[in-house]
Amino acid sequence: MSIVPAELVAIAPITLLTALSLIVLVIEALMKQSEGVSYAVSVVGLVICLLISLGTIDLTGTAFNQMLTVGGYGSLFSSLFVIAALLTVILSRDYLQKEHINFGEFYLLILFSTLGMMLMAYAADLIIIFLGLELMSICLYVLAGFMRKRLLSNESALKYFLLGAFATGFLLYGIALIYGSSGTTNISYIVQNFSTLSSSSWLWMGLGLLLVGFAFKVGAVPFHMWIPDVYQGSPTTVSGFMSTGAKAAAFAAFVLVFAHPFENAEKLKTVLSLLAAASMILGNIVAIAQSNLKRMLAYSSVAHAGYMLIGLAAANEMGWNGILFYLISYTFMNIGAFGILSLLEREEEKNLTYDDYAGLGSKRPFLAALMSIFMLSLAGIPPFAGFFAKYYIFVAAINANLTWLAIIGVLTSVVSVYYYLRLVVMMYFQEGEMVLVEATSKASSPKFFELRRASMAVLTISAFALIELGIYPSTILTIINNLR
Amino acid sequence: MHNLSPYIVLFPLLGFLINGLLGKKIHSEKISGIIGSGVVGVSFVIAAIVFFEMLRSSVEERFYLINLFNWIAAGSLSITVGYQIDQLSILMTLIVTGVGFLIHVYSIGYMHGDPGFWRFFAYLNLFIFMMLNLVLANNFALMFFGWEGVGLCSYLLIGFWHDRRFDTGGYKPGTATTSDAAKKAFIVNRIGDVGFLISMFLIFMTFGSLTFEDVFKRASGVMMTGDETMFWITLLLFLGAIGKSAQIPLYVWLPDAMAGPTPVSALIHAATMVTAGVYMVARCSVLYALSPVTMEIVSITGLATAFVAATMALVQNDIKKVLAYSTISQLGYMFLGLGVGGFAAGIFHLTTHAFFKALLFLGAGVVIHAIREEQDIQKMGGLKSKLPITSNTFLIAALAIAGVPPFSGFFSKDEILWHSFSQGSIVYWLFGWMTAGLTAFYMFRLFSLTFSGKERWSHDIHPHEAPNVMTIPLVILAGLSMLGGFIGIPASLGGGNAIEQWLEPVFERAHVIMVPLHTFSHATEYLLMALSVLLSIGGVYIARLFYLRRTDIVFKLSTSFATIYKFLWNKYYVDEMYDAVVVQPVVKGSEKLLWARFDVSIVDGLVNGTARFMYSLSGILRRIQVGVAQSYAMVFVAGIIIILGILLTRM
Repeated sequence: MSIVPAELVAIAPITLLTALSLIVLVIEALMKQSEGVSYAVSVVGLVICLLISLGTIDLTGTAFNQMLTVGGYGSLFSSLFVIAALLTVILSRDYLQKEHINFGEFYLLILFSTLGMMLMAYAADLIIIFLGLELMSICLYVLAGFMRKRLLSNESALKYFLLGAFATGFLLYGIALIYGSSGTTNISYIVQNFSTLSSSSWLWMGLGLLLVGFAFKVGAVPFHMWIPDVYQGSPTTVSGFMSTGAKAAAFAAFVLVFAHPFENAEKLKTVLSLLAAASMILGNIVAIAQSNLKRMLAYSSVAHAGYMLIGLAAANEMGWNGILFYLISYTFMNIGAFGILSLLEREEEKNLTYDDYAGLGSKRPFLAALMSIFMLSLAGIPPFAGFFAKYYIFVAAINANLTWLAIIGVLTSVVSVYYYLRLVVMMYFQEGEMVLVEATSKASSPKFFELRRASMAVLTISAFALIELGIYPSTILTIINNLR
Repeated sequence: MHNLSPYIVLFPLLGFLINGLLGKKIHSEKISGIIGSGVVGVSFVIAAIVFFEMLRSSVEERFYLINLFNWIAAGSLSITVGYQIDQLSILMTLIVTGVGFLIHVYSIGYMHGDPGFWRFFAYLNLFIFMMLNLVLANNFALMFFGWEGVGLCSYLLIGFWHDRRFDTGGYKPGTATTSDAAKKAFIVNRIGDVGFLISMFLIFMTFGSLTFEDVFKRASGVMMTGDETMFWITLLLFLGAIGKSAQIPLYVWLPDAMAGPTPVSALIHAATMVTAGVYMVARCSVLYALSPVTMEIVSITGLATAFVAATMALVQNDIKKVLAYSTISQLGYMFLGLGVGGFAAGIFHLTTHAFFKALLFLGAGVVIHAIREEQDIQKMGGLKSKLPITSNTFLIAALAIAGVPPFSGFFSKDEILWHSFSQGSIVYWLFGWMTAGLTAFYMFRLFSLTFSGKERWSHDIHPHEAPNVMTIPLVILAGLSMLGGFIGIPASLGGGNAIEQWLEPVFERAHVIMVPLHTFSHATEYLLMALSVLLSIGGVYIARLFYLRRTDIVFKLSTSFATIYKFLWNKYYVDEMYDAVVVQPVVKGSEKLLWARFDVSIVDGLVNGTARFMYSLSGILRRIQVGVAQSYAMVFVAGIIIILGILLTRM
């Protein structure tokens, strides 16, 4: 098979990111003291990649024998992944130094997993989804264990790998069953012929297993068990990346396969509604009892997966578009929140509990203000983007006669206000001495609260994005609405 | 040229951002002041360009909409942010930016040396931005945004010197700070805003839109005069207007609002913001025309406020308080005009009032500065020779507001009085006429005590005229106060009433609905005009006589009519009444009943109970998370079985 250059250009974001990853790989192989170079190259490359992704949103069509789609949906998601990767890379620089794990491979792994995410969003075929998913996941397994000397990190990597492999097995089995019952792995073929194919129980079984695989990746209850342990053990910025980029990629594939007006799909709707309800209830309630902020955000991410699943359960245009908007807003707020955690975290799991944040409001007002914005947005309080995202999803549910699901959504949101605002209350109303702990080994760590401008800039941009999206959601909504 | 209009709004916002974000860093009064006034000046120039463009074009082309973006698009509710440029909104824009610019320039001098100089200009710019959104909005939602925005700025600026003591006059003396005054304004305004908001919901329910054009078109096409829905819509809107424009019974915040810096009193609490209610009623003239009962309420409220506030102004000794009551009274006039269907007359008076009232306040500001922040007119006197420019411009403004021809106030006030007679009733006219006499009297009481007579200030003060940056705005405003009336010379005096003709297309729909009741000859008009001129001049003369030559009469009057005097001095005891009837019961009730019983036991109990329940539930659920991968896999498999079970059973 010969590779057609025109098709390589058509999937420019993927081509470019592959090239970038390979360049960083070569740098890592050939250069000593390569970490700074890899960082710089990654940042510049990702920015270019972002521009290319945004630029290809208007394209349509397929490439490589209907294996990949061109432009549109894939490009929007690929922009999102690249943004997530870019924010993560910039925020990680401090963190890696602080934890003495400043190896250039970090950036390489981020780039490769981003590539996997892109494949998932551009996929026109189930096999490509699988390929992307594996590429992404394997890199993330390594990233989870990146703090080699920390037990918790090793544990989280192993758990993630074991359970991930378990889930992937089901996913692949599902694809095999679908192939067996329909004779193809092409998504649009299956969707178009659904009414004839759906008489076969094997197809339903295949879809069910595929759904389980995706539900595992997005972290929906009851397939969420890995999330708290993995998020807690992984390097903090990696947790941020997993909860946004990887979750968005899983949702991208989920939407690709399941967001179609299927006939006789009431059963599917029931399953998705149950997953959504269970995730919202369990995620939000268990988050209350957490004292570790990383675990709190982990359960919160389970809950947010639940909200987004409402969009799939609603199975209407508004719901599907709502997921996209939700993912975009969620990326900014969660990377922001994990980013701040990573900036303030110190070796050996220090400064990661609610109590450590007492009095931050008066010591570092700007940082505390940013954190408050992220928390308020996560809680879904206007005028931040989180509010509009939830609003859109809930309206979609009501339009789809799933009012009960919307009610659960609203009630659990109220519950969530408790644990998000608890942090805000801590920062502003709890007069404490400086509880945050200084770095233990001063030689190599950045001084206390001496933060790089790039990190602050990235956080500020995220906060601005949340305000912009909250006040003026039409900017993104019009792009999303034009995709289909 | 029309495309320029959004920039009118944009520039003040830019000024606010620059001064607000960088003001502290710039740390230069000169730069902050130039930026702050400059942006408003630029807005004014653009507005003027648009205005002249409109003058040259035909009547049909004078109305256009500019859609900026879709703000909220959710279901059937779609709110676009857009501006409506027409004869009324451009006139308001010219007033806001024009008078606003002069007051900004004046403030450079007035606020000199204040540590919050940049903050002051940032707030003022923000105010102009909000006010422009209010007057240019093409829908109720954006108007409400501006409406709340100006309220916020007013709050920030009243409490600008937040720790200063402030005399509320009579009522609980010496206990209040400017923050209390700011709070009072904010809270009282909320009452009106609730009305506005509910009315907005009603409008959306009735017409399915919040855009002015849609609503007005449908209203004039579908609705019958006297429709009950229209009554509630207009009445609740008017409640909003009452709050913002300080009418009975919600006027009490405005006198206290004088705690803010004087330029603020001039700009926000005299020339622009407080007229927002008048503008809103005029903007919704169609809706009001459909509800004659509300119109009646508007006129009576306006008239009562005009008269009552004028009587309160008679005995006040604080120079700014006199002006504040006078503002309330003049706003009452405007509502009287609107209520009897003289929409153009109301707007005309709004225009001239902006000129002379701004001038009066700015003049008062110079006086206050000159004699070391003294505001009591009993401790002034004889300042004419020390402050020649101020006293002459103040005199012009006083003559204008007193309604002495040919100053601007004469024409606009007479227009309202004529409408109240011809389309209202003789009683309306009579009270309006008496109010005019009272106005002339208290204004010249104020002028005489301040500028004429003996010097009553201590001799170690050496008052001197303000710098040019303050006096030039005074002179310009004096010019406008003198000549502003000529845009509305009535037909009976051989004029064309340009302003009424200019505004006619805006009020056309309302005028179609409201058929004039009576027609009168010019002779009647001349007679009434002569009567009011006579009364104005009489009021001026008596005030001069009482307070300059025969001060004994004042003393005699105040002793022989001690009860009335005390009643007026205490401002009809309205503040005390509100305190006793509303404030105290609410405070007591919330402390003793709501807080102690309901909140602590029931609400807190419920909330804490729920929270405790959730917390313990959370603790139980948490135990599922044991940390062992095998058990996770078990849950996983259970999940798969359930899902496949649902999917594979045939329903």
